[in-house]
This record gives sequence, structure tokens and C-alpha cells, in this order.
Amino acid sequence: MKQRGATRTLLVAALYLAVLLVLGNTLIPFIGPYYTQVLIFIGINIILAVSLNLILGFAGQFSIGHAGFMALGGYTSAALSFYVLAPLLAGFGTGGLISAISEPAALAVSLLVGGLAAALAGLLVGIPTLRLRGDYLAIATLGMGEIIRVVILNTDFVGGARGFTDIPRWTTFTWVFLLAGLCILVVRNLIASTMGRALIAVREDEDAAAAMGINTTRHKVFAFVLGAFFAGVAGGLQAHYLQYLHTNSFTFLRSIEIVVFVVLGGGGSITGSVIAATVLTILPEALRGAESWRMVIYSALLVVMMLTRPQGLMGGREFQWSWLLPGMKKK
Amino acid sequence: MSQFVQQLVNGLSLGAIYALIALGYTMVYGILRLINFAHGDVYMVGAFVGYYLGRILNAGAASSSPSVLNFFLVLGGSMGACALLGWVLERSAYRPLRKAPRLNALITAIGISLLLENLGQLIFGADPKDFPTLVERTSLSVGIVTFSNIQLIVIVTAIVLMLGLQYIVHRTKMGTAMRAVSFSHDASGLMGINIHRVISFTFVLGSALAAAAGILVGLYNPKIDPLMGIMPGLKAFVAAVLGGIGNIPGAIVGGLIMGVAETLTIGYLSSTYRDAITFVILVAVLLFRPTGLFGTTARAKV
Repeated sequence: MKQRGATRTLLVAALYLAVLLVLGNTLIPFIGPYYTQVLIFIGINIILAVSLNLILGFAGQFSIGHAGFMALGGYTSAALSFYVLAPLLAGFGTGGLISAISEPAALAVSLLVGGLAAALAGLLVGIPTLRLRGDYLAIATLGMGEIIRVVILNTDFVGGARGFTDIPRWTTFTWVFLLAGLCILVVRNLIASTMGRALIAVREDEDAAAAMGINTTRHKVFAFVLGAFFAGVAGGLQAHYLQYLHTNSFTFLRSIEIVVFVVLGGGGSITGSVIAATVLTILPEALRGAESWRMVIYSALLVVMMLTRPQGLMGGREFQWSWLLPGMKKK
Repeated sequence: MSQFVQQLVNGLSLGAIYALIALGYTMVYGILRLINFAHGDVYMVGAFVGYYLGRILNAGAASSSPSVLNFFLVLGGSMGACALLGWVLERSAYRPLRKAPRLNALITAIGISLLLENLGQLIFGADPKDFPTLVERTSLSVGIVTFSNIQLIVIVTAIVLMLGLQYIVHRTKMGTAMRAVSFSHDASGLMGINIHRVISFTFVLGSALAAAAGILVGLYNPKIDPLMGIMPGLKAFVAAVLGGIGNIPGAIVGGLIMGVAETLTIGYLSSTYRDAITFVILVAVLLFRPTGLFGTTARAKV
């Protein structure tokens, strides 16, 4: 049984990668920059939603500072690329083959460091606050997000209030969806593991979980740090796509937007997060004409959803292969 | 020294406004264990109701002489309107979720907050507006300190409202019921207290105080816009946490500390850090004394 599951996962992963490579080289040049940008934002939002779902939906910890982690990861990786990696690559020369290899490598390093920076911040915030119960995490993450923003705003090294410009453009469609797929895979497998079951137990009843011998604080911190890591990666992807960062894109509202993805999709459902992130990224683009009503509709939707269907769109259920004909690709 | 005392006076008047908002947070939290994120936006609505009332009154008085009577009319009208708003919000959005997990109520609160902000931008317009002059600003000086009559009005009004609240909570039947419900919903229900009415009353009271804060801030710093509630809302919330959330005197002390800390930061460090100091205080409180200055540790029952 186990063996078959692993083989199938590998097969799906290989297929997914192949599809991404093909799409990245055929579809993306074809559809032009606008639609590419929408697709890339979908991917970034999927990473954000799925990683927050791990914290909010599976571990049941209310974090409203995801944009803060995103900012930290984005700025760290952008600074690394701008000050260290880009000059280094320029030293290698910019031949077609050289940049084809060195740019993805540089992006990978940069994203990893950005993710780790966000994870470290998550650890620092998580350890003191996750020992406590109730709404303290919400308050602390909110505060942390604002502190990160203010600190960045006053750091001239990364542009301060002017914004960080001229970040190398290394993010591609393939990269974004590769990492989105990785994020989904990690979270999915984690949830199916002992660790994940323990997290769900903590969400359902912290006292009962502790009585079963689960170290609740450690589990909560783990989920929180992993979620922060992926938020940092998402921030790095955004930085290397837009080539520009400003703290205004990482406000409290951005954090709330990610919470909305998770809640509307259904806490505890990865599928739900993916669907919600996709739909809610496309929706504002489709509603461009009704810009001023967009946020009103958004917030009203959130309230109505909570009152009528608090479990969200998917209600904790996941995508099953049996929903589709056998052999069809993921998503 | 005189600069320090001056900053202290400025801080206390700003803190009095924070304290008024913080009271609403702390009362609702005390009774429902809900962080009412929409509270800062009720304060915003309060300021805007005051803006329109003030303009009508100033237009009505042909001599256009601002008077203290107008101030009281605006204050009362705005408090009444927000009390109604608080009641409607509780009735329509929070009451249906009374038995739902607390996370749902929290998310609803955030939704309501966003809704008020965005409706505000649509209805009032996103551009900042000048709050009408209700009281002519004059300067008073006592010894080395100079302060405006506006600051005096802010502080006196806040003190009167806080005393009123103290009276309601400790001397009236409804206040007694509020305190009982904050101990235990079930037990107070069994004692014949109408819990829903008490909770509604708490929202009404908190929203009226937030409206008063909105009017006072309009006098003090006459630029209002639909997003003005976010920062003061967060600061007042931190003030409530600092004082020990659920604790009424704590919210007042917390609000005053926040106000003083903010003006001292502006005066001695840099105004760019005025918002950061709030969150530094927050993190410090959460690290060293999560129950706040006056909070007591609640023992968890399994």
C-alpha cells in the first residue's frame, strides 16, 4: 500500500513538472505579460493560502501576520539577490547557457534564505506566544507584521519608504507553480503523518491532545514556523517577479486577504485553499470595472459565509482522485 | 523639563481618547471573549456622524459661531447613532454565532470591520475631511505648561464618561448583570438574567464610548477619513491588552500609558516610530505579562 502511494506521488510529481515545463515554454510566451502576471499571482496566492491553512486550518492557530512573514522573506531574498547574487552572476558573464543555469540556482538560494529568515521570525514570535492559549497569537502576529513593516520602512539599505527597486527578475511561471506544488505536497504529506494528526488533535481539543502525550507547544510552533517559511518563499517569488517591493503591499489588509482565502476555501482543506486563492485572484481582475465595490463585496462575502457556511467552501474535505477519471492530471 | 510636562499633557489627552475606545474592546472581550475588530470602525462612524451633524448645526446657526451647546448636541447625536450601530451589529452578525467556535466570530468581526471601512469609503468618500469647528481653539497656560481648551474638553469629557461608565457597571442592575455574565454565561442565565440583552447592552455602551472618542478626536485633530479607525483601533486594543483585557480600570490606565508613550516617542525619538512603539509595548506585554497590568490568570477548566 505504502509503496504504491509513494510511486503514485512520484509519478504525479514528474507529470506535474513536465506539464509545467511545457506550459512555461509554450503557453506563457503565447498569452502575453498580463495573463502571465495573473497566473503568477495565482501561484503565489496558492502558496500563501496553503501555508496559512496549515497554521489556521489544521493547527487551529489564528495568525494574522502572514503578510509580515511575506515581507520579511521578500525583502531578505531581494536584498541577497540585489547585493550579492546579481553582481556575482554578472561576474560569470551573461551567456545564454550560463544564465539559464545560474539564474535558477541563484533564485533557489535567494528564496531559501528568504524563507529561512521568515521561519526564524516565526520561531521568535511563536515560542513565547504559542505557549499561551486563545487570541494572543492573533494579537502578537498582528503586532509583528506591523513591526516588520515599520522596521523595513526605516531601513535605507532596502529602499525604506521609496521602495526596493531593480530586483533581478528571476521568477518564472514554472518556478512559481513548482513551488506551489511543493508547498501543497509538503502540507499534504505532513497532514497525513503522525505530526499532522497531532496538529489536528491540538486543533480539536488542546487539553485532550496534551493528555494523549502530545507536546502541544512544539507542534504548534512547528506548524507556525513551516507556514512562515512558505510565506517567506512566496514573498521572495513576488519580489523577483515584480522587481519592486514596497511595504504598502504587506499591510494588515494583505494578511486578512490570505485569511479570507483560507476561510472561504474551508479551513483544513488544501483543495479549498487552492480553489479560493485561484478564484479570488481572478475575481478582482474580472471586476476591474467595479473597483470601489470590490472590497465591499469581499467583506460582505466573508461575513455572509461565516454566518451561513462557517466551514467554508470545501468544509475540510479534500480533492479525491475518484472525483475525476483515472489518469487525469492534478488540478 | 517643561517640554516633558508638555508632552505628558499632550499624551494624556491622546491617551484619554485611546482609553475611551479601549473600554469598548475590553467590555466586549470581558463578556464574549471576542476581539471586536470592528470597534475601531465604529469609532470612525462616530466621527463621521459628528462631521455631518456638526456641519448641519454650523450651517443652521447663521452667525456660524461655534458653541459648547453644539458640541454637546453633536456628541449626544453621534453617541446615539453609534449605540444603534453597535446594537445592529451585535444583533445581526455576532448573535447568530454565539454558539459557534470563537474563530468564526473573530473572522466575522474582521469582515464587519472591512465592510464598514469600505462602505465608509463609498458613502463618505475616501478623501480626508475637515471636521467642523465646534469649539474655537484657545490656549491656556498654567505655570510652565501650555495647553489648548480642546485638550481640556477632551480630558474632562473622557473623565465624565468614564465616571458614568463606572456608575453603570457598579451601581445599576444592568451593570451587575454585565459583571455576572462576564463570569459565566450559563450560571447568570440560570439566575434569570437575559444574557442576550446584557450582551447587546454591552455593545451599545462600548459603541457609544467609541463614538465619543471619534468626536473628541475630530475636535483634537480635525482630519477624518474612512480608514482612520484602523490605527487607533489597534492601539486601543493594545491598551486594553496592556491593562489586562476584560478589566475596565485596566483599559483606562492602558489607554493613558499608550497615549503618553506615543507622544514621548514623537517628542524624543522620531514620529516615524509613533506606531511602532504600540507594537513594541504589545510584544513586551505578551512576553512578560500576558495577562496585562491588572489582569488575573484565569485557571483553565478541563
